[in-house]
Amino acid sequence: MANLLQIHEPGATPTPHEGDSGLSIGIDLGTTNSVVAISTDGKPEVLRDENGAALVPSVVAYAPDGSAIVGGMARNLLLDRPDSVVGSIKRLMGRGVEDIKSLAGTLPFDVSPAEEGETGMVRLNVAGHRLTPVEISADILRALKKRAEDHLGHTIQAAVITVPAYFDDAARTATKDAARLAGLDVLRLVNEPTAAALAYGLDKDAEGVYAVYDLGGGTFDISILRMEKGVFQVLATGGDAALGGDDFDHAIAEYFLDERAGKLGENKLTGSEVKMALMTARLAKECLSHESSGEWVLDVGGKQSRHRLDRQTFEKLINDLVGRTLKICQSVIDDSAIETSAIKGVVLVGGSTRVPLVRSGVESLFGKAPLADIDPDEVVAIGAALQAEALTVGSDTLLLDVTPLSLGIETMGGLIEKIIPRNTPIPVAKAQEFTTYQDGQTAMAIHVVQGEREMVDQNRSLARFELRGIPPLTAGAARIRVTFAVDADGLLTVTATEDSTAIEAEVAVKPSYGLSEEEMAAMLYDSMKNAKDDMTARLLAESRVEAGRNLNAVRSALNVDGDLLDGAQRDAIDAALKALQAAVSGDDRDAIEGAAEALENITKPFAEKRMDRGIRAALRGARVETLDSEASNG
Amino acid sequence: MNIDQQAEALISCWSCKGPCPQASAFCHTCGAVQPPGQADHFTRLGLDVSFEIDPGVLDSFYFNLQRGLHPDRFATRTPKEKVLSQAQATAINDAYETLKEPLKRADYLVHLKGMGVFPEGCNLVNDQTLLMESIELREALAEAETRHDVEVIAARAADDIATCIRQLSELFAADDIEGACRLTTRLKYLQKLAEEARAQKAKMN
Repeated sequence: MANLLQIHEPGATPTPHEGDSGLSIGIDLGTTNSVVAISTDGKPEVLRDENGAALVPSVVAYAPDGSAIVGGMARNLLLDRPDSVVGSIKRLMGRGVEDIKSLAGTLPFDVSPAEEGETGMVRLNVAGHRLTPVEISADILRALKKRAEDHLGHTIQAAVITVPAYFDDAARTATKDAARLAGLDVLRLVNEPTAAALAYGLDKDAEGVYAVYDLGGGTFDISILRMEKGVFQVLATGGDAALGGDDFDHAIAEYFLDERAGKLGENKLTGSEVKMALMTARLAKECLSHESSGEWVLDVGGKQSRHRLDRQTFEKLINDLVGRTLKICQSVIDDSAIETSAIKGVVLVGGSTRVPLVRSGVESLFGKAPLADIDPDEVVAIGAALQAEALTVGSDTLLLDVTPLSLGIETMGGLIEKIIPRNTPIPVAKAQEFTTYQDGQTAMAIHVVQGEREMVDQNRSLARFELRGIPPLTAGAARIRVTFAVDADGLLTVTATEDSTAIEAEVAVKPSYGLSEEEMAAMLYDSMKNAKDDMTARLLAESRVEAGRNLNAVRSALNVDGDLLDGAQRDAIDAALKALQAAVSGDDRDAIEGAAEALENITKPFAEKRMDRGIRAALRGARVETLDSEASNG
Repeated sequence: MNIDQQAEALISCWSCKGPCPQASAFCHTCGAVQPPGQADHFTRLGLDVSFEIDPGVLDSFYFNLQRGLHPDRFATRTPKEKVLSQAQATAINDAYETLKEPLKRADYLVHLKGMGVFPEGCNLVNDQTLLMESIELREALAEAETRHDVEVIAARAADDIATCIRQLSELFAADDIEGACRLTTRLKYLQKLAEEARAQKAKMN
């Protein structure tokens, strides 16, 4: 008899029982600016300050005591106290010291050398503090959380946070860690272009195959999606996690500084002076997006220089950068196996898509005028808010995303064996079998990399996994099944089992650019000292969710099999249910746990009776069949 | 024997502890999500075991399953439910990815039907005719000098792929697994060639 998988009719799927979830927010944590939004009853709203501004500059200013100011005020301090202010921190998420070096000193960061025993994560010197990008991002998230809380008048615990689709595992983990530090539960990391598509699909009723071209301050993504009847299926995605409007600023700043060096014979600039030059360059870029030319003054180190720039020259400066994005678009179109003409529309996302050369380039590649009906600066946060509501309140829409980068392991000679190819729908898991090469070998190391190239050193190192506790067997006898799983957040976990003994091997992770568990614990501890209440609230919420599940399970069982109980038994269970229900409405976590355990104990005999009945019924059915088949055989 | 199977097919629901059919994604009593269990890819998606698949039907069955089981539906649930939903969604994605493309579907179906005979799927490297054809096409591609030359080869490969898929359909319908295995190997060569032609064309841009 075949075991048929049950398929529920659409709409007839068991609906989730009500979770104890308050409102949750959507956050677009950007390189240059961040935005927070909230959706209620399917109506998203971007949260603005008293002046109506939605964008919170992703700039943090630190005081000597470590306290942080985030946003426009911090950005204004950039010129006066450049050593205490950090911007564009997203570019360093999940990156190592070597990555920064390869960016050739153009980045205005004061990088602190790694200390003994530290992981490869970058640390910056800011206002006399040594800070990781995770901590700095956490300060931005705290400010956004506070904006939402002030707006709503109560606390916020959970959020959907968007990340560039092309973010690798290290950068995603760093983002999630930052949220944890800021006291936010991450309901889901959603890819920025996917969030934008969701906003368009739901608000503008877009159906068919669409491309989302997302050029932000520091990252570029292109995704091709199919949108149909509430399903958002990503067909292919690609990008460059280190290409954005910041690079336009750099190109202009370099042009200005070259000119200045020619005029003034000046040579080396300090980090703060570079910051000022970049700020001027950004103003020039924004101006040239609607004017045909302009003039700017660089006032650095007491010396002034004047610089003219027209749009034509500006476009020459950034032509290669824009060309790079279009080349990536072409290869993603190829990956998606969709003809360019079959793409119904191209959605523009990110402030950098305001640059006219970007718009004209996109238009000529896709052969149609791009869409920017929803503000490119706000569309991602709107999508995030819609998804936050969908995840907490429930929804019929479905986001099916993919892995942006292939995942592989290092094999002999520095080569890579691909385990999960790019553009595979997530969640995904692939198992690979390994064996030992020495008698009695009990440990083994696996180096996981992310990227498309053939050799290990051309790809991005994710982590080294050390498997321990392999049972000692003769060489080649152990069958170690290693499973690589990527969850719906795009994050990797590795598990290992020895097949012949079914012993689970212990997997120790050494993230190449992340924080170690100890570092994270220490940071959490520091942040929790001020947020003990927060932690208690979180644990209480978890207990309530678990209790809700338990209550539902027992009530459903009573509905179906209640007749198995006599009056006294039924009364006892009803009393236990009532007690748990009462505990759930209170604030005492121990009381909830206690009542849950009592309910569990009192329902044990009931569960046994139910299983017994189920098996009897199954056996009865089977016996009839056996007799039938015996009859026909005989 | 039948009795054992029946008894085994019933598991205790982890949430309400009552009886639950092993192959069901949700408990019939309390609605809790269950572990994915064992099923072939066709059965998992609710399809007949056949090479012939209507892509529209495949998509709609896939979407309906994911609508109920995707981790996004369990974002505010207990950790255990999250883990199970991820396992379910992973199994559904695996089935969908395998059945979506004709080559992977053919390879899987040969493996499923010819279990033991072709444990590694289809890779008949010792077939001389196939080998010669593959070498010939590769050489032609290596000698192609213009974009047009490459396009001609790509078009031929595309034609051959379409024919190959049609023939595979007939062989599977006739339950000729060995013949299907041979054609699946050929389809592998052809798709690789088409891919190389595409890469070469991209280089010529």
